[in-house]
Amino acid sequence: MSEYFLCFILFCVGLYCLLRKRNIIKIIVGLAIIEYAVNLFLILIGYRTHGRAPIFSHDQEIQNMVDPLPQAMVLTTIVIGLAVIVVAVALAVRIYGKYKTFDITKIRRLKG
Amino acid sequence: MSFLLWFIVIPLVCAFLIALLGRLIKNLGDVLTNVAGLSLLILSCYAVQKIALSKVITCKLGSWPFAIGSYLVADGFSVLLLVIVNLICFLALVYSLSYMVSYTDKWNYQALFMLMIAGLNGVILSADIFSLYVFLEVASISGYALVAFSTEPEALEASFRYTIIGSLASVCILLGIALLYSYTSTLNMNDIAMIIATKPQGQLVGFISVLFLAGFGMKAAIVPFHAWLPDAHSSAPSPVSAVLSGVVIKILGVYALTRVFFNVLGASSSLLYCLMVLGLISMVTGAFLATAQNDMKRMFAYSSISQVGYIIFALGLGTPLALLGGLFHLLNHAVFKSLLFFNAGAIEQATCSRDLSKLKGLSQRLPVTSATALAGSMSIAGLPPFAGFWSKLIIIIASLEAGHPVFALIAALTSIVTLVYYLKFQSGVFFGTLDSAFSQIKEVPLTMKIPMVALAILSLTGGLLLIPGFRVFLQSAVEVIRP
Repeated sequence: MSEYFLCFILFCVGLYCLLRKRNIIKIIVGLAIIEYAVNLFLILIGYRTHGRAPIFSHDQEIQNMVDPLPQAMVLTTIVIGLAVIVVAVALAVRIYGKYKTFDITKIRRLKG
Repeated sequence: MSFLLWFIVIPLVCAFLIALLGRLIKNLGDVLTNVAGLSLLILSCYAVQKIALSKVITCKLGSWPFAIGSYLVADGFSVLLLVIVNLICFLALVYSLSYMVSYTDKWNYQALFMLMIAGLNGVILSADIFSLYVFLEVASISGYALVAFSTEPEALEASFRYTIIGSLASVCILLGIALLYSYTSTLNMNDIAMIIATKPQGQLVGFISVLFLAGFGMKAAIVPFHAWLPDAHSSAPSPVSAVLSGVVIKILGVYALTRVFFNVLGASSSLLYCLMVLGLISMVTGAFLATAQNDMKRMFAYSSISQVGYIIFALGLGTPLALLGGLFHLLNHAVFKSLLFFNAGAIEQATCSRDLSKLKGLSQRLPVTSATALAGSMSIAGLPPFAGFWSKLIIIIASLEAGHPVFALIAALTSIVTLVYYLKFQSGVFFGTLDSAFSQIKEVPLTMKIPMVALAILSLTGGLLLIPGFRVFLQSAVEVIRP
């Protein structure tokens, strides 16, 4: 149970970072932390106590293995997360080039 | 191999080829995107015909058996949206031919656009909820990049906000999927629905519903989650705004929401009530915020929030008639909102301005744009005989029938507010005497006129979909989602 609780704390740290920080690089870091928390949660869902690696072969009897599907899902979400972070960082670089600042409160040309 | 796979393979291959060779071969992007867009449109019409014969088409991916493999599935509801997506995207691609001339690195734009189409088609066709998430992310990420494509400071700022809020929405959706998987041990949407129906009603399904509502609500820009939309849709290049407003918020938001709530989790009465109230709030807030705008693209963006409110409200009513009205309004909104964004792009290209207070009397110089914009405005404001009138009428009648006269009144009054701000748009841009500064402007080129005229004709004749012969198209979609 405690690992789920720690995972929740990690999620909250990321969410706090995303909502409260003013530096856009720190906001992106917050986004990355949230994504890691959700990935960790997916792995925890598939985990079985004393389960072995889910390797399929003909001479082995399969018993008490961890669930492989969340692991496959996590691999996919890591790649997606990478793409999102790359887009966000590329935007941050271009924003710095135009506005000469990383402070989100000073990047305010759009109104309404 | 079933033809369903082509909906994803064609745009993906095109995106890959254009990204790889676009710099080397000059007109490759223009030719490939338009050929691909046209063939996707024809394919989706073929899919309509197929679905009319057999209710559901499936296409297995890989050699796994059905229970554990993932596959694509098309039914009446998905076919309706396939037609909308591929029609609007094809017209936007034709429009981009001359609109995007002023931008550099056009092939990057075309590659991203094809990637977005692949994502949208994938969301519509995927049968398991995790592939839905993956395709949703493909479409969203290319959307973030397309919003920033002009690399103006405003576009970058809008795109950054959109990226952060959109990613937060995706995280909510992924968390919901993780909880749903741990509860039912399957990812296939049909199987999840069957397992949930057999289990006793618990707290967890409610929590998952809230996560999905927040996630898809942010993608659909329902009012408490709408802050990103006016920035993103007004800063993007006009064909992209047309696709974002006309298609993307509906597929990633409304379609996914409807699919998950009506077909997977089961629409409980409290959830429907929640959707109804959220829809009403979006409808009213979006309309009033739109009246205050002076930038025409911002006005259209707020108007999108308001019109999506109508769709969500109709889905929340949940009766077959309301669902018919909601889906019909979804189709109509895709047509006339794309048309209006095309008009805004044409006006911006001709005059280099989109400020309503600076433009005047353009109807003399831009006859095609002004005529099509008039058709779009009248359709969205709900004047008969345009298509928008019929869908709003059905929603209001359905609301009265379901015993919500006050909500019906609010919907009718919001329609009047809609008329007010579209009159403001018309009088600001097209009526009056022409300013001498604009006496030399020219009407836009032919490839920008064709999509506008096509959409104007569709928004005028869209009401024909309600006559019994054609109604099957909408009715078969309603059959899939009715609770």
